[in-house]
Amino acid sequence: MEPVVELVEAVAVLGRFPAVAGVSMRVDRGEIVLLRGPNGAGKTTLLRLCAGLLPLERGTGRVLGCDLAGQRQLIRTRVGLLGHNNGLYADLTVRENVRFWGATVGASNEEVAASMATMGLDGRLASVQVGRLSAGQKRRTALACLVARRAELWLLDEPHAGLDAAGRDELDATLHAAVAAGATVMVASHELERAGSLATRVVDVVGGVVALAGPTSEATNLRAADGTEHPAAAGKR
Amino acid sequence: MTLIAVARLMAAKDLRVELRSRVVLNQVLPFAAVVMVLFGFALDNDGILPQVAPGLIWLATMFSLLIVVQRAFAVEAADGALDALQVAGVRPAGIFLGKAAALAVQLFVLQIGLVFGSVLLFNSKLHPGGLVLLLVTLVAATLGMTFVGTIYGGLAAGATGRETLLPLLLLPVVAPVLIGATRATEASLSVGGTSMREGWAWIALLATFATLFGIGGSLAFGSLLEDQ
Amino acid sequence: MRMTTMRGPTSTRFTRGLGILTLIGMAWFVAFGLIFSPNDQVQGKGVRILYIHVPTAWLAYLAFIVTAVASAAYSWRRTRSLTWDRIAGASAEVGVLFMGITLLTGSLWGRLSWGTYWVWDSRVTTTAFLFITYVGYLAVRGLGGSHHQRARRSSVVALLAVLEIPLVHFSVQWWRPLHQGESVSSGKLSGLMLFSFFIGMIVFTMLYAWLVIHRQRVLAMQDAQEDRGLDAALAERRSEAVAIATTGASR
Repeated sequence: MEPVVELVEAVAVLGRFPAVAGVSMRVDRGEIVLLRGPNGAGKTTLLRLCAGLLPLERGTGRVLGCDLAGQRQLIRTRVGLLGHNNGLYADLTVRENVRFWGATVGASNEEVAASMATMGLDGRLASVQVGRLSAGQKRRTALACLVARRAELWLLDEPHAGLDAAGRDELDATLHAAVAAGATVMVASHELERAGSLATRVVDVVGGVVALAGPTSEATNLRAADGTEHPAAAGKR
Repeated sequence: MTLIAVARLMAAKDLRVELRSRVVLNQVLPFAAVVMVLFGFALDNDGILPQVAPGLIWLATMFSLLIVVQRAFAVEAADGALDALQVAGVRPAGIFLGKAAALAVQLFVLQIGLVFGSVLLFNSKLHPGGLVLLLVTLVAATLGMTFVGTIYGGLAAGATGRETLLPLLLLPVVAPVLIGATRATEASLSVGGTSMREGWAWIALLATFATLFGIGGSLAFGSLLEDQ
Repeated sequence: MRMTTMRGPTSTRFTRGLGILTLIGMAWFVAFGLIFSPNDQVQGKGVRILYIHVPTAWLAYLAFIVTAVASAAYSWRRTRSLTWDRIAGASAEVGVLFMGITLLTGSLWGRLSWGTYWVWDSRVTTTAFLFITYVGYLAVRGLGGSHHQRARRSSVVALLAVLEIPLVHFSVQWWRPLHQGESVSSGKLSGLMLFSFFIGMIVFTMLYAWLVIHRQRVLAMQDAQEDRGLDAALAERRSEAVAIATTGASR
């Protein structure tokens, strides 16, 4: 079956800086992939690349069967990205925000209400202006918008940040439900324990490249971008 | 979604944001009023004020346009909504038309205020015979200005060092609107040397302007958004 | 790592030949413009400013057209190439220069002939607007980002300017219909004066071509250098990755 994401030596730049410096990876349908790595590793840029927001500077890539070089507009409607920003309108209420983002894909009122219920926003909070919410509540609103948009590929950048324990459980449940309904998820996170139990596979991103990794595990083989194995890794095995 | 549906969604959202935050009502309208008063101070000649009032109305409109356009895009940039709109794959032409429509409504309200301000401060006289021309002028000029404003606002949005480009890019381009709208307004208020027939001829220019930039903006907005 | 070799001067046999011809032409032009051609009956010596003013005005508009056409060529998918973008940029830079000269010489000539530095007619005003529009265009080119982002933004601004210019022209023309007989070719030009104008047009066009060709090549070198910078940055980033991984592994 065709992979949901397939990148070969992909390079994406921010200004002049190669934030993603030659990533090769593959994500199959139904996976929950955790992108793990230090700050500055390029995880955010990698997610934005997969969302079709950034042009591919070098290498090749396909997301949901569409070419990253020329079909980014097609990719976007089928992908949901939750970055560091929430993409919400501070002056509008929670319900109005979710309804707006749902409307961009033609979601019905019932779907909108269901999305809000999934993230626990269907009570008093629904009529509160987003600007007045706490950071965690804003996060949940943004996730509700994502649910309403029925994305096939979910790209989440530090989604657990700002959520309390209950919020994180809700998030994980939402992700599992989304995957059960046919979506695929890529999560960039520092939350190793939480994300470790959530993810089906871990990928280490360091310095803009991917170090090969197996299923959720600590040990990784180390390969330089051109494929040669690092002597330290060879000694480790 | 059809283009009209997208535009309607964006416009409704923008107008709702304005209704809640009342920035145009509480800040831009007073600003425009202050500008009109300052014109009075600077020109210091009760005799010529009614003569130049049409020009002053449109000058005040243009300065307000800058603020309103920047505000419209600041709303999007604040929480990465413009990005999110791109990710959602919302059709850029629809975003363009919707934002321009919302801007046009707000600017139209502003201009009604400016016309009354002119009556108050500069002693302009509204003529029943010229009212239709006046209203059509307001609509045609506003549409043209908001189309251009949305295009360059989209280009200048977001990154620092870009917002200051907006006046430099925008004001020269709307100069034909200033010329045409002022002449047509003169005709409708029966000042200056413009006849009603000439006034309507200027409307043709304004309409051409609005059409060209409406189409141009719809086509170009997608590429402008790409580089955020 | 790719090693692009774009060193050395930007001249080729063609541009060297063109440059020499331009220099010779300029010498001829100066000779005729300043010395050989007679004074005008009405304007006296002042007419000599026009020998510069008219060709530079023609070139400013030519440069604008070239920028617009090059921008359109970039925008159309089938002919998309950064060379078109660089031509547009080079032409705009040269165009701004010539437009500035046009406005300056025109202003001086106006002072001599009519006593005013400025006049509100459609030609003058449109040229002034074109000047400002180009300054804005060059500012947009300097906004940064990848080369294609720059090209995309700039081509939109240039093509919108194409829309704007006739609108400015017509609105000013209807506003202030041409009032003075400022047409230079009113038939009372003597043979030598016409000849000087003719040389001027040709020489300045050659100068324009020479400037744009060289500038475009310099821009290409700049772009290539930035690409090389990307290669270096990539290599640096990857070595950083291996270094981090090594320290991680050895722990």
